[in-house]
Amino acid sequence: MATQVQTLPTTRPAISVPSVLLMFFLLAAASYGALIWAPTENTMGIVQRIFYFHVASAWSGFISFFIVFFGSVAYLRTRAPKWDWLSVASAEVGVAFFTVVLVTGPIWAKPVWGIWWTWDARLTSSFLLWVLFVSYLVLRTLVEEPERRALVSAVFGIFAALDIPLVYFSIWWFRTQHPQPVIGDGGKLDARMGWVLLLCWAATLGVMVVLIRLRYRLEALRSEVDALRMESARSTR
Amino acid sequence: MTLARATSVILAKELRTEFRSRQLLGTTAVFVLIVIVLFSFTFNPTSTESRRFGPGLLWLAFLFAGSLMLQSSFLREQTNDTLAALRLAPIDPFSIIAGKMAANFLFLLLVEVILLPVFAVLYNVAILPVLPQLLLVLVMGTIGLAATGTVFSAVAAQARLRELLLPLLLLPVLAPVLIASTEATIGVLQDPSELSLVWLTFLACFDLIFLTAAWMVGEYLLEE
Repeated sequence: MATQVQTLPTTRPAISVPSVLLMFFLLAAASYGALIWAPTENTMGIVQRIFYFHVASAWSGFISFFIVFFGSVAYLRTRAPKWDWLSVASAEVGVAFFTVVLVTGPIWAKPVWGIWWTWDARLTSSFLLWVLFVSYLVLRTLVEEPERRALVSAVFGIFAALDIPLVYFSIWWFRTQHPQPVIGDGGKLDARMGWVLLLCWAATLGVMVVLIRLRYRLEALRSEVDALRMESARSTR
Repeated sequence: MTLARATSVILAKELRTEFRSRQLLGTTAVFVLIVIVLFSFTFNPTSTESRRFGPGLLWLAFLFAGSLMLQSSFLREQTNDTLAALRLAPIDPFSIIAGKMAANFLFLLLVEVILLPVFAVLYNVAILPVLPQLLLVLVMGTIGLAATGTVFSAVAAQARLRELLLPLLLLPVLAPVLIASTEATIGVLQDPSELSLVWLTFLACFDLIFLTAAWMVGEYLLEE
């Protein structure tokens, strides 16, 4: 039997060079803004500068998790594997961003609050959110068959995303009944600080887009390799 | 067959299976009992503190018990491949999930009601005067636990390491239920007793959101 040579779907480059250059430019500008241009905060001092990347990472992480929700719903509706690839890519990037949040938070907290960690509402909910999506990634490693994996992880992705607001509200109400450390000083924000924060957010968004596209491409190639492997196993049998 | 009718047939089947084998309820009750006893080592259980910490421990024990007990909900079908037969039935696929959900809800509630007096005695908490409010909190919390737990049981049944996976998936998602139920229970047990409407509404929202979500994704879960 003549084995038919399957033509590979042409994989266009995952990212254009200009977009990567733009990302690096944004990162450089954001670093300059956060480390040099923005004024040093009066009470917290130099360590406050980590805040720009801390907050920006959290915002971009949230957007990544929203994309997981979107991708999961789209997968269940269409069954197109690309939505599953998008979901796993965004989940990994979101977890990476929240890891940044959870690492930079204590670095800032130690000199300012005097402790690495406190069970404050925001910290607790970020931590729980991180755990939720780590569970999502663990689930993915434990299901072998691609379609099954896509299906069950889409279901869990939807449930986890729906849980996000509930986690926030419950912990917020729970913690506000208890004593908590004061966050921020409520003082007037220097205009430059706001701009730097926005710039940092743009930079992390750029990183998010580039990473998700790279990871998406990896997942697409992986599934292609799997399909080819199955095919060759079938033809040699 | 209508959804309600099909659901009640599945529910009856689940109850019959359980009351003939009687494995699940007894084992789970003993498990919760062990957890309650072990928790007593973490603080002085007869002190007034127990009103403050007791409810949290109790709910944690229920959550652990749920995450272990709900395993069998879909696993039991897999060993004899009976899920395929259920799927072949000319009924709405969601009714299979709904029937199992209802059965799991009843099992969990039964275990909780059995263990509640034991907890009250061991931790020196007076529950009799506030029993109706307490039952309301139990019911509301357990609906959320059974709804998410049943769906995740179907998810975990299709994966490797499923015994370990279900608690991993379930417990973080149930964190809001743990907080809300615990806070509501503390409110009911404190002196003077107070039924927190905020937390009850929150539990109702949680139940509603995840019941709806289960209804929307339920049919996909049973695909072969």
